Amino acid sequence: MAAHLSYGRVNLNILREVARKDLREFLDKCAGSKAIVWDEYLTGPFGLIAQYSLLKEHEVEKMFTLKSGRVPPADVKNIIFFVRPRLELMDIIAENVFRSVFVSRFQAPQFLTIFSPSFLLQECYLENDQTSLYHTAKGLINLQALYGTIPQIYGKGECARHVANMMLRMKREFAGSQNQILPVFDTLLLLDRNVDLLTPLATQLTYEGLIDEIYGITNGYVKLPPEKFAQKKQGEASKDLPTEPKKLQLNSAEELYAEIRDKNFNAVGAALSKKAKIISAAFEGRHNAKTVGEIKQFVSQLPHMQAARSSLANHTSIAELIKDITTSEAFFDNLTVEQEFMTGVETDKVNPYIEDCIAQKDPLIKILRLVCMQSVCNNGLKQKVFDYYKREILQTYGYEHILTLNNLEKASLLKPQTSSRNNYPTIRKTLKLWLEDANEQNPNDISYVYSGYAPLSVRLTQVLARPGWRSIEEVLKMLPGPHFEERQQLPAGLHKKRQQGENRTTLVFFLGGVTYAEIAALRFLSQMEDSGMEYIIATTKLLNGTTWIKSLMDRPESQIS
Amino acid sequence: MMKSKADEEDYWNSSKFKAFTFDDEDDEFSTLKESKRTVNSIRCLVEEDDDKEEVEKVSWNGEPVSSNSWSVSETAASNQRAEREPAFPKINTVTISKSHSGYSLSSLFKGETDGKVSLTGSSVLMMSSCCDQDYVSDWSPEETVHRMQQGKVVSLEKFRSLQDKLLLLDSCVAAHDGNVITAVLIYLKRTLSKEVLFRELEPRQTALSHLIHYLTETRDQRLLLELLRYTCLTCFCFQLLQYKEHLSIADENKRRDFLKSCLSLPFSPEDSSHVQDHYTLMERQVIIETTDRRAERGEKVERALILNMPLITTLSYCCLYHYSESEGTFSSPLNIRQTFKISEKQFFVTALGARAKLKAWSDVDALFTSRNWLGFTRKKSPLGFQRVVDILQKNSAPTQVLQDYVALVDDAELRITLAQKHKCHDIVINTYRDLKDRQQLLGYRGKVERGSGEERKIDELLNNLQIRWKN
Repeated sequence: MAAHLSYGRVNLNILREVARKDLREFLDKCAGSKAIVWDEYLTGPFGLIAQYSLLKEHEVEKMFTLKSGRVPPADVKNIIFFVRPRLELMDIIAENVFRSVFVSRFQAPQFLTIFSPSFLLQECYLENDQTSLYHTAKGLINLQALYGTIPQIYGKGECARHVANMMLRMKREFAGSQNQILPVFDTLLLLDRNVDLLTPLATQLTYEGLIDEIYGITNGYVKLPPEKFAQKKQGEASKDLPTEPKKLQLNSAEELYAEIRDKNFNAVGAALSKKAKIISAAFEGRHNAKTVGEIKQFVSQLPHMQAARSSLANHTSIAELIKDITTSEAFFDNLTVEQEFMTGVETDKVNPYIEDCIAQKDPLIKILRLVCMQSVCNNGLKQKVFDYYKREILQTYGYEHILTLNNLEKASLLKPQTSSRNNYPTIRKTLKLWLEDANEQNPNDISYVYSGYAPLSVRLTQVLARPGWRSIEEVLKMLPGPHFEERQQLPAGLHKKRQQGENRTTLVFFLGGVTYAEIAALRFLSQMEDSGMEYIIATTKLLNGTTWIKSLMDRPESQIS
Repeated sequence: MMKSKADEEDYWNSSKFKAFTFDDEDDEFSTLKESKRTVNSIRCLVEEDDDKEEVEKVSWNGEPVSSNSWSVSETAASNQRAEREPAFPKINTVTISKSHSGYSLSSLFKGETDGKVSLTGSSVLMMSSCCDQDYVSDWSPEETVHRMQQGKVVSLEKFRSLQDKLLLLDSCVAAHDGNVITAVLIYLKRTLSKEVLFRELEPRQTALSHLIHYLTETRDQRLLLELLRYTCLTCFCFQLLQYKEHLSIADENKRRDFLKSCLSLPFSPEDSSHVQDHYTLMERQVIIETTDRRAERGEKVERALILNMPLITTLSYCCLYHYSESEGTFSSPLNIRQTFKISEKQFFVTALGARAKLKAWSDVDALFTSRNWLGFTRKKSPLGFQRVVDILQKNSAPTQVLQDYVALVDDAELRITLAQKHKCHDIVINTYRDLKDRQQLLGYRGKVERGSGEERKIDELLNNLQIRWKN
């Protein structure tokens, strides 16, 4: 069912299985029939580990979403709440419980509350809530219990330092129980999102990245406009177009998707047409099947071929949808400005394109994304430019956005220049963040994921593997937060004896979120023949510029336009 | 360690933590009886735990669960005592069975069934006071925090002196577990006077932000504002939060008055001018809206409302309905431009859009006209003429109007593209003539209508021997 998780070097299916087992055992602990009240945000993540059928097998009869008021009546013995531990949810639960008990005092069911925390940059930098760091450290300790102690820890950024410190401390506290598992990971790299604010602001140009930018991927699913998927069946063309969005699951279990997800979008068309030729050739094969044996073999392959064909049809439709957008003038203009900023062109002036966009009342998030990008690429905006943007935004979108702008300042995404020195060009040159003529079809560098810009976070990862961070001391000092290296003692006998040519494995943990394009870049590094390094990615959240800025906005729901 | 039955009875009767109601019966007696029964059941659980010494109970996701306090399970706890802290966890009577080791995804990457501490600071206290056989009272602040993180029983009450409390606070901040920090803060909030609490929090930024967050979530607006006023004047949190309040006021007059009251707050200089502008805008919107509603009664077409709209939207409205008013009125576009220091470009785009919408082409024309010192008029725009054409075209301007502006586009190639797009043949033809591009002109001949004036014009040009074609 989730076979794609077990292919890699590190068998991630273990994690999923353990989670499922835990859930089953947990459900069995409450004997009798149950109803589950869900925190809406959790249904998605839980869907990754269990389907309704699993819950049903364990006597879950009803499911509700958490709302204030009363839990709908259900004739069950247990009512279980699955929620994130957020203060505002607690009051709702209290109300739920109170109201239900009040109404049915004689058959009051058991109430159970389950918490499952989350981690957002918003919490960490806006509200300065560090709980998530503690949970991350704890998670990593648990991960080490499954996959062995990780001998080397590197990190960059304030939060990374905290997490590493906590991990080491927890480790000391458990000193008695030595972990006897042969380590799967050689290195852990903790990267604080704060170190690389630029990457998420840029428009991702990989296939998967673009799907996320345009339609948004949540828990591996995407909802698409149905029009392009409509006229699938011949003869039914006259039927009304479906109005429900088309929901598709996206993961590497789908052969074709695994192949194209990390490609630059400009290379997707070629890959799709190549695939189309292969599939039609396979279907043509039926004419060559002469003997009964051959026909039988052909028929046995049919289901696989059918699946491949429908997968091809789906992705061709998605690619068409995306292409409509990427070929539009607006998309091109936007990208041009982004690339100007990333290459350091006139980042210290008011940008006429941004000005025009404000005058046209383009969506505020788009404006903020660009302005923040300019600020980040210029190490803060000149006071005059900063004030100008601020005034224009407030006048056009409403003065109440002063609150949002303030949030962005707190997250240092948008700030007035404090020192006259702009060190972004030095960082860009030293880390080779911009490459002219990135090869999109047959990439030879990670910069292909943004058609020229190499994500800073991934570049740091790459340099760490070779030649090592010592070569970039100066740049590391320019980036916010400390950088560090720690070693964890392994029990004797667990030191890996490395075969000649065997890859090392690094777990890269993005604290505060990661984009699909960064993931693609890391996968690309793993696949490079001479990298000698395999990367496994962990994060607290998947994000893109839009969702990221939105999470930092004050009352984003009132700003959909 | 063990207390006699009588002692316990005593304790419960004297305890100030009486809010331990598990039943929805209101009367005091049954509540107490119930509590006592439960306490007894706790004790046997605790003892059971003690017997096993090091064997920790582990819940479904690998988190050690102490059998009594902060358990994952909450039974129906009625919330009758509203003056208390919310959420009264009840001791789980169905104990979670032992040692289900294992790990869940959520515990790996996100955390675990924690948060038990998060809201229920009071429960920490209550639990600790009734389960005293489980704790040794001389835990250091670090140990206490550590136990809290593991979900074990602790007593915060023994941190009596201010110094002890602060040590406790500092060590939980060092542990970075927000749930524990919040729990300790709730304890401090209950046991310290506001002044002392605020004073001590000021240098402790992490703890301070946790308390701010907690108060925000629990909507304790009054204390929150007090806290911010004391600690955050210089970082402007307080001012912004106060300002934010206006969003929840529906009535426009009240909202305006509230904004006015914000003017006296010590904002940063830039923000202060924005808030001032916001108030001025709101004030005008109310005036304009009232006068226009009165005037409108005769009109058929309903105008859009401008209350609470951004400044530029308001300007656009005034350009639509109050364009020619003298600068002295509140609704005059020029007055608005002056008052709010709207940039030339913004004003221009807005006015252009509004006048074009009304098809008032003479107004549009006037916007561009400027006289130089010799008295000649020429067209000037703070905006690229390409954008001007764009805006006009969006408002379905006729070709005659469009071509005036297409002709003003400086870049020849861009001019041709635009002219072709908007079918301004004359401009295309003239541009090719100026470029002396015979081939293109010849090609364009096929695109104009046969026998039309344009075709004739092209023919004339092509036959004109005086032009030195480049190709």
